[in-house]
Amino acid sequence: MQNTVATAGMTVPAPRRRSAGGLGDFIFAQLCRGAGLLVLLILGAIIVTLFIGGLPVFREFGLSFLWSTAWNPVEGREEYGALVAVFGTVTTSILAILFAVPLAFGVAFFLTELAPPWLRQPVGTAIELLAAVPSIIYGMWGLFVLVPFVQLHIQLAFGETLGALPLIGRLFESSNFAGTSIFSASLVLAIMILPFIAATMRDVFLQVPPVYKESAYGLGATRWEVMRNVVLPYTRISVVGGIMLGLGRALGETMAVTFVIGNANRMPGSLFDPTTTIASVVALEFPESLMGSLKQSALLALGFLLFAISFLVLAASRWLLRSRLKA
Amino acid sequence: MSVTTMPALGPRKDARVAAALGRRRKLVDHAVRWFCIASTAVGLFFLASILFTLAWRGLEAMGPTTFTKAFEPTTYGDDTLPRGGLLHAITGSLIQVTIATLIGTPIGLLVGTYLAEYARSSPLGNAVRFVSDVLLSAPSILVGLFIYQLVVLPMGGFSGIAGALALAIIVIPVVVRTTEDMLQLIPNTLREAVIGLGAPKWKMIVLVCYKAAMSGIVTGVLLAIARIAGETAPLLLTSFGNNVVTADLSSAMSSLPIAIYQQANSGFPDLIAIAWTGALLTTLGVLAINVIARLLLRARH
Repeated sequence: MQNTVATAGMTVPAPRRRSAGGLGDFIFAQLCRGAGLLVLLILGAIIVTLFIGGLPVFREFGLSFLWSTAWNPVEGREEYGALVAVFGTVTTSILAILFAVPLAFGVAFFLTELAPPWLRQPVGTAIELLAAVPSIIYGMWGLFVLVPFVQLHIQLAFGETLGALPLIGRLFESSNFAGTSIFSASLVLAIMILPFIAATMRDVFLQVPPVYKESAYGLGATRWEVMRNVVLPYTRISVVGGIMLGLGRALGETMAVTFVIGNANRMPGSLFDPTTTIASVVALEFPESLMGSLKQSALLALGFLLFAISFLVLAASRWLLRSRLKA
Repeated sequence: MSVTTMPALGPRKDARVAAALGRRRKLVDHAVRWFCIASTAVGLFFLASILFTLAWRGLEAMGPTTFTKAFEPTTYGDDTLPRGGLLHAITGSLIQVTIATLIGTPIGLLVGTYLAEYARSSPLGNAVRFVSDVLLSAPSILVGLFIYQLVVLPMGGFSGIAGALALAIIVIPVVVRTTEDMLQLIPNTLREAVIGLGAPKWKMIVLVCYKAAMSGIVTGVLLAIARIAGETAPLLLTSFGNNVVTADLSSAMSSLPIAIYQQANSGFPDLIAIAWTGALLTTLGVLAINVIARLLLRARH
């Protein structure tokens, strides 16, 4: 402090107050800032390296890479297209959302309104632990438990009953009886993203001011009416944000999907056909591809596409959830 | 709020209509309630099913060899041949997870500090927060591709250090999120008291704020460890896997998730049994760390 007074007295009125640890402060602040910039740099570097890595393929095939279904790594006749993997990624993720959202809503509604207070904590923790189980465990469980179940009990039943429907009947019939299919992959994904969506929904439901709900209850509304007419309208933007967050997770999920999707590079004709996703084709083929080969470049280009898709979804999710984040 | 559009209860005189409507509302309410209970039960059923399957199939091959032996090829059912274990995978996982945590934690801690103490609402702070949140949910396999291009290609081969770096990138956003949240919970009066005593800002943060937020920060680190302990996809492209025990960071290195992946897909029943044992160990470890982290956080509040 004396130091400050002395310098302030000497210089012309520049009352620039410096605290005792000026240098320490400067170093620490710059360290923090540098770490923050490093995070930005990492994301930027991921985009740039993926794009540069994919450049040879974009150059070789141009935009047709995006809608070609070819995947031929034979030397001399190499031809790569992203359509199957992109289609598989998007389809499995959207189906997973369709399966998971009603369940997640049910869980969130149960945990916020219906369950007795003593039950909320343990059930909530159990659901959160579901999110902590590593993806590879879901893959193994899916392959050895869920796939046989789908094969024996779901695929045949669906094929027999729904296969006869006009127009959409074909979606349920398949000549693939391995059980590894879009349907199995979506189911595993749905279980994996269920806890994320449920946790977000629960958190936003809890943010509804109690007085709104109490007013509605006071008018004689049932719990479902309060949920539908008060809680959901109040939270719907955040709910959509939570769903997008789940979608972002599903898009990039790798190991669980690799185990159960069948990994065949062809366009699926039915829910029970095998196909592939961007993440699983990268996980399967990248480690065994030659360094610097065109195939490796194709996989990097696929990675770039996956990054672009999931970045958009995650950014949208964050934007929708911003009010919740501020609160 | 324009949301109070409850169904009109009709003319008061018509008691029969009112009663029918009331019955219907009650019925819908009951139906929804049972649906919610059922969906929660389904969620819990899946968790139970996973844990039960892991315990049932994982204990089969569990034994002292699991922790003392490295990979052995399949025995084809011949009991005289040596049975393999997971020592190579366990050491590999421990080494890579430790290095990743040591690299990722300080960076994440500094970023979290920057967001909570220096740049709560500056444009740069918002950008960093946004990017960190995107990294938190970004596909982990892309991190693997990134490190492959950045480290594996220049080094000329898969390596343990590349795996550790990939995991470190995954650690950062997890630690950032909890650090920032925990620091923001600290009341400003505490900061003002420290500054009022004449302490510089960095001492206030390091000696007081970190101390006050310690259990929260430790929780974040534990959650990050739990997350990377089960990561498979990025390691597949960086440390690749190995069948022998090694501590050499410049060569390919195994890890539990990779060993599970390779042995589960091998098609040999004895190797699949070992994969289940690995899966059981990984899951128990990850869930235990998660539960400890939660207890730590609860003890604070």
